[in-house]
Amino acid sequence: MNTAHLIPWFILLNPLIAAALILFVTRKCHASSTTLSVMSSFFGLCAALIAFTFPSGHGHAIHSAVNWLDFGGALTVPFGVQLDALAQVMLLVVTGVGFLVHLYSTVYMEHDDARPRFFGHLSLFMFSMLGIVLADNFAMMFIFWELVGVSSYLLIGHWFTRDAAGKAANKAFIMNRIGDFGFMIGILMLWGSAGTVTFAGLEAAKGALTTSPAYLTVALLCIFCGTLGKSAQFPLHTWLPDAMEGPTPVSALIHAATMVAAGVFMLARVAFLIGVSPDAACVIAWVGGITALLAALMATQQDDIKRILAYSTLSQLGYMVMAIGVAPDLSQHGGGPAMFHLFTHAFFKALLFLGAGAVIHALHHEQDIWKMGGLLKKMPLTGRTFAIGTLALTGFPFLAGFFSKDSILLAAHGASTALFIVGLGVAVLTAFYMTRLFVVAFLGKPRTEAASHGHDGPARMTAPLVILAVLSVIAGYGTSKWFFHPHDYSMLVPLLATGAFTLGTFAAWTLYNGKDREPLSLPLFRNKFYLDEIYGAIVTGTQDVLAWFAGCVDALLSGLVRATGMAAYGAGVVLRLFQFGNLQGYAFIFGAGVVALVWLVVFK
Amino acid sequence: MTVLNFIVLLPILNALAIAFGAPARKSALLSAWTQLILTLFAIAGYNTAKGGYQFGSTWQVAPDWGIAFTLGADGLSLVMLLLTAVVTLAAVWATPRIEKRENLFFVCVLLISAGAAGAFASVDLFFFYAFHELALIPTFLLIGIWGHGERQVAAWKTTIYLAVGSIILLVGIAKLYLAFPVEARTFDLTVMQANRALIPADAQAGIYIWLLIGFGILISLFPFHSWAPLAYASAPTPAAMLHAGVLKKFGLYGLIRVALPLLPEGAKAWANLLLVLLVCNILYIGLVTIAQKRLDWMLGYSSVMHMGYAFLGIAAANVVGVTGAALLMLAHGLSIAALFAMCGHLRQTTPSLAFTSMGGLAKRAPFLGYAFGMAAFASIGLPGFANFASELMVFFGAWKTGGATLNFGPVQIATICALWGVVISAVYMLRAYRQMFQGEPHDNTAAVTDPACCTRWAVLILLAALLVGGLWPKSYVNFIQPSVEALFAK
Repeated sequence: MNTAHLIPWFILLNPLIAAALILFVTRKCHASSTTLSVMSSFFGLCAALIAFTFPSGHGHAIHSAVNWLDFGGALTVPFGVQLDALAQVMLLVVTGVGFLVHLYSTVYMEHDDARPRFFGHLSLFMFSMLGIVLADNFAMMFIFWELVGVSSYLLIGHWFTRDAAGKAANKAFIMNRIGDFGFMIGILMLWGSAGTVTFAGLEAAKGALTTSPAYLTVALLCIFCGTLGKSAQFPLHTWLPDAMEGPTPVSALIHAATMVAAGVFMLARVAFLIGVSPDAACVIAWVGGITALLAALMATQQDDIKRILAYSTLSQLGYMVMAIGVAPDLSQHGGGPAMFHLFTHAFFKALLFLGAGAVIHALHHEQDIWKMGGLLKKMPLTGRTFAIGTLALTGFPFLAGFFSKDSILLAAHGASTALFIVGLGVAVLTAFYMTRLFVVAFLGKPRTEAASHGHDGPARMTAPLVILAVLSVIAGYGTSKWFFHPHDYSMLVPLLATGAFTLGTFAAWTLYNGKDREPLSLPLFRNKFYLDEIYGAIVTGTQDVLAWFAGCVDALLSGLVRATGMAAYGAGVVLRLFQFGNLQGYAFIFGAGVVALVWLVVFK
Repeated sequence: MTVLNFIVLLPILNALAIAFGAPARKSALLSAWTQLILTLFAIAGYNTAKGGYQFGSTWQVAPDWGIAFTLGADGLSLVMLLLTAVVTLAAVWATPRIEKRENLFFVCVLLISAGAAGAFASVDLFFFYAFHELALIPTFLLIGIWGHGERQVAAWKTTIYLAVGSIILLVGIAKLYLAFPVEARTFDLTVMQANRALIPADAQAGIYIWLLIGFGILISLFPFHSWAPLAYASAPTPAAMLHAGVLKKFGLYGLIRVALPLLPEGAKAWANLLLVLLVCNILYIGLVTIAQKRLDWMLGYSSVMHMGYAFLGIAAANVVGVTGAALLMLAHGLSIAALFAMCGHLRQTTPSLAFTSMGGLAKRAPFLGYAFGMAAFASIGLPGFANFASELMVFFGAWKTGGATLNFGPVQIATICALWGVVISAVYMLRAYRQMFQGEPHDNTAAVTDPACCTRWAVLILLAALLVGGLWPKSYVNFIQPSVEALFAK
């Protein structure tokens, strides 16, 4: 093992050490806990930058593993790290956004009494997320997959005395477990057929896996269930908007830039299998497309600034999943358009969330955009960076989002006209709801007392905004080659995308500029297609009824046992024998047992 | 005299000393510490390269019938002895103040521990059974004298139920003994294992079912589970910790040690029945657990439910699955003991264990918030704790059972059902945790504070043992795996 091999291990273990130190040693000291966490994220970023310079061509990837479970041929589960092109870029995203969010949190959380707990959990999250990125096999990925689930649970529920926070945390964890149910079945199926859980082993066994296409399709769709949960794809998407109950830096890091993107990352890891299963690819593409469309429609009618961004995240994740489905071959080794969009989206969506956090912080926890207004003047730096983020997200030409979205639309254009049209529709809607958000919250006049006293935060808060704004502008230039090598290019797609942007922006501008109240009323979108209500009814209608019924049956059953016991033993005699404190009763049973044994042995 | 003799006899001697007036709590604590140190000593002295039973000692009792007091430990026994020692220490440590007959109380606690340790260290089937009976009697006493709520009913029902289970088991053991030809009859497990080819294949199913039901009742296999939640809800804290944590594992240990290797054909004959029952353990009991409204009952039912995973590992009937089941015995024992220890503390400080009358506990008792959270997450199989590692082995082991890899057989379907159980356990555990620990503090919990130092250490030692197994499962698996392989060796 040389020093290059130590880098990924350092990246992985560094935040774990920080988390352990904070939670066990410095948990009472606010300043040292904060410093530890921020320093560890900074070291992580440095190490990720070093790792990015390593050669990563196919066959050069750094790989280092020990056996975690070893049953020889029956089952071998390594605990290993794999640093290839895909992991290198993802490491940059996670540690880069992670460091900025840590820095920002030092301001955002400065009045919180539970800062050590917050930063401890944030470091725990970094460890888990980096584990997913570096994992060299499915079992290890599943381990970290669950661990990001629990860190997300802990951070959503950071303000646990608020009822909504506890409920949202539970919902997130349980919905993820539903996804993981399928994920685990998928892992077992692939392992059952290929005999290995490592990605390298599965790639080598691709030939054997394709002998039964139906089996492979089912296995991949089960694996895809993991993405449904983690990346909040329809129909398991409802936890993500609720997860906005967590502190805003958490929403930026976990529920926008990194963890929710893990599902896409995982699909990119196994793109070599999706590529040989067209049916699975088709389902994945359509689930992504439908999620993108539904979430964008829901976003148009939300009033809570974080929820708008959350639905936007859902929609963009849908794009990425769709990109994997329409171009699995392009997604091998680098992740393709999906990872490209994941990369750029991480910057501008983190920027938007941190901007929203700055607004919420300045307005004393006001999140309703209709109670804002005029913030561009009051908070010039926050407002301008937010504008850049909005433009990057909506696909304004030559910003980061324009290039990555374009690559997805191009891939969709080549694969399926229907999905291409869905993608364009989503682009229109994205421009519409983001312009609505910006116009209502940042332009016009302040509509409340709080909004008229808005002000920019201190440098530790604005510096991450500026850095992310710069990245949102430049991240699309020359970076696409990290992800894929485009083979064809059509001028039609960027033109149509720009048209979509113009249409959406123009429509929102005319509709919302100068308005003080929502001019549109679309209850179906506002109420998120009533899916929360429907799921609630399903849960109460099936699980709770079944549980209640099972509880009754069990009470009855145990009553029955008690009754038969009484009858069979003859209440009087037995009760006397088993008087409590009467050792003879027990001695009798024990003795009877031994006598019975002896009788059977000797006389039978 | 080997170290095993001391591990088994010391608690008994200590119990005697307490009975004759030695200071109860101090002697019990001393005994528990000695037991743990001796167990660690035995583990350190175990020659893994050599394997097999070590620290053997034999004392002929009834040579004509082949009964001898034979002790010996292989890797599997050592892990179970470690579980016994750690949970005993935690149970003694976490025992609240005993108002009445303190000496008898600790005599009972130590006898449970001695019985469990004796059973796990026995190589002789007769003493294996007898030690378990020795441990059951003080359990009944603890429930009946020091229990809560419906303690009389609970103690009575538990006694009848477990006595019936023991007698069924006894019949099974006798039938197993008689299945050997006259000249080969013995209770020595090593000899039985060596001679197992002498058991006629067609007689195996008839013996196995007695063992399965006998052990099954002791493990709370569906539908013989209804004693367990009542007993655990009524038992005093150390009794619940020791029974749910250690003694209940006797049945699983027996299935792994006796039934599975000696009666492979019998296991095959009843495989589908076991699969149906274990799926009921997981899904049906899982739903019942969701319906529970009190912490003690919820924990009792969850403990029944988790036995389903251990049964799945046994149903897998291969090295991976059975090793997983064995590690799960340890993991479940440690996590449920920690949960019952904290439940006991809450019982002392709150008027009611109903979820609706608690709330915001994490604010009042931060240590409890963390430790309960960790134990709860451990028990629902979060990676990082031994429960996850063992369940993973169980799932992988079960998935490979049944030969054809591309078809779903009954075992695969049972595995999928068991995986859904993982979702169910998240539902009931997180719901309970939210109602108890999150939200605004409830007036009923005004008296709740973090537990005293000794209870904290008790919980921490249990959690530490769980983390070791979760982060590096090989620390236990390296001991279990060769023993399990030996059981399956042709």
